[in-house]
Amino acid sequence: MWPASQAVYQSLLVEDAFGMSSQFVWLDNFIELFEDDHYIKTFGRTLFFSAMVAMLSLSVSLVLAAMADRVIRGTGIYRTLLIWPYAVAPVVAGALWVFLFYPTTGIISTFLTSMGYEWNHQLKGNQAMALVVIAAAWKQISYNFLFFLAGMQAIPKSLIEAAAIDAASPAKRFWTIIFPLITPTTFFLLVVNIVYAFFETFGIIHVVTKGGPANATEILVFKVYNDGFVGLDLGGSAAQSVILMVLVIGMTIFQFKYIERKVEY
Amino acid sequence: MIENRPVSTAISHFVLLAGVAIVLFPIWITIVAASHDVARLLEVPLPLGLGDQFFENLKQVVGKGVEGSTPIGIMLFNSLVMALMIAFGKISISLLSAYAIVYFDFRFRMLFFWMIFITLMLPVEVRILPTYEVVAKLGMLDTYWGLTIPLIASATATFMFRQTFLSVPDELLEAARIDGAGPMQFFWDILLPVSRTSIAAMFVILFIYGWNQYLWPLLVTTDKNMMTIVMSIKNMMEALEETPKWHHIMMTALLAMIPPVLVVIGMQKLFVKGLTETEK
Repeated sequence: MWPASQAVYQSLLVEDAFGMSSQFVWLDNFIELFEDDHYIKTFGRTLFFSAMVAMLSLSVSLVLAAMADRVIRGTGIYRTLLIWPYAVAPVVAGALWVFLFYPTTGIISTFLTSMGYEWNHQLKGNQAMALVVIAAAWKQISYNFLFFLAGMQAIPKSLIEAAAIDAASPAKRFWTIIFPLITPTTFFLLVVNIVYAFFETFGIIHVVTKGGPANATEILVFKVYNDGFVGLDLGGSAAQSVILMVLVIGMTIFQFKYIERKVEY
Repeated sequence: MIENRPVSTAISHFVLLAGVAIVLFPIWITIVAASHDVARLLEVPLPLGLGDQFFENLKQVVGKGVEGSTPIGIMLFNSLVMALMIAFGKISISLLSAYAIVYFDFRFRMLFFWMIFITLMLPVEVRILPTYEVVAKLGMLDTYWGLTIPLIASATATFMFRQTFLSVPDELLEAARIDGAGPMQFFWDILLPVSRTSIAAMFVILFIYGWNQYLWPLLVTTDKNMMTIVMSIKNMMEALEETPKWHHIMMTALLAMIPPVLVVIGMQKLFVKGLTETEK
């Protein structure tokens, strides 16, 4: 059967990954990786990066969604306006933000300089990191916003009305009713955002900083590419891919388990 | 809503508008930058209003290309071909495999399902090196097939179509069989029309996915005539290390985001439905 053969073909592709890395002395590659300070640092940097991206984009979109849920008129318009950064390619998003922050001419960077803050993401590692985080989070806001809004609109209105009758203020209603009830959404989004920051931000980083300055923004996916295609250390790069695969599978399984269980109150 | 609080409603609108402004600001600047000439973009307070060079830049970028590179027109075409091939390829493969998994009771069915499911979780970025070797061995570098097949060969949509098919009542199948429809006729005449909305939603998601691919095209194409528009932006930024030609870059960026944005906004309802229902 054709779909079945398709599945076999796919599984062959995946097996190839293991096959090729196991043909060589693959265990050595792994040992080398874990003894490599640089790799461990990259790992930590990736975690930091994803945490920042997830936090920034989740909090902004949560606020926006809460507001959009409150207003009666115009929700649709706001949604249309907020939805489309999703469609912008990571590379394009990266290019936009580089333009805004370009050290000599960028609009925001010259503004910061005039405020007395020296901005040069091409030289300063932490600023480069900040820029990459902003660009990555900006692109993810629309996705999170959609899910938060859908989650909030699924909450029965009667619950909120009851709380309003009991004289709970909007802020109190948000924290005691809406926020706990959208916990599953929040958790789902958290995982999605972390996966996004891990794997889909390659374009942004490649165009904004190329992992520099001095590896300050080099995350795992970028290192796979860098070692494999620029440094031509194929074995090491393949070993890193395998580690990444395990990570993705682990995260997805974790997510499915959690979602199936739903969050209990 | 529940109570009338004009002040807090006003604040909500204000916060939303601020959020929209922040989200839209980079795009506005892109349009502005695409409408000025290069000299204006190097003077220090950069313009915040539109200039008059918009169509000039458009002509230059689309027709002639920048810095001796291919005209953007060709790249736009490449991107379009790639995005459409990926979208259609993935949808048809996923439809068929989901059909097989849901309606046929063959041996190792669940094994296949899980195999597909695991490949689904592996983004190209992760399995990039082995995939590259396979494609290179098959001599598919610098072709549309090389660009698209490895991306098609991860059955992202299978899972969603499986859910859709599972929700189709069995009575439909029984009725079709009583009326003498074979498996393929059931598929074409009943299953496809029933899952029309999810196919459309999937199309939006996959089109954007294909259009925005970056790493893979970057590796597979060396021929300038096979480049996609998303890649060209990167190349243009590298072309001149000191002062990138922002007016051309921004024009290209604008062109690169228009098609997917149009697709998203035009099919917003379907898209939102597809996103929130598949949770992908």
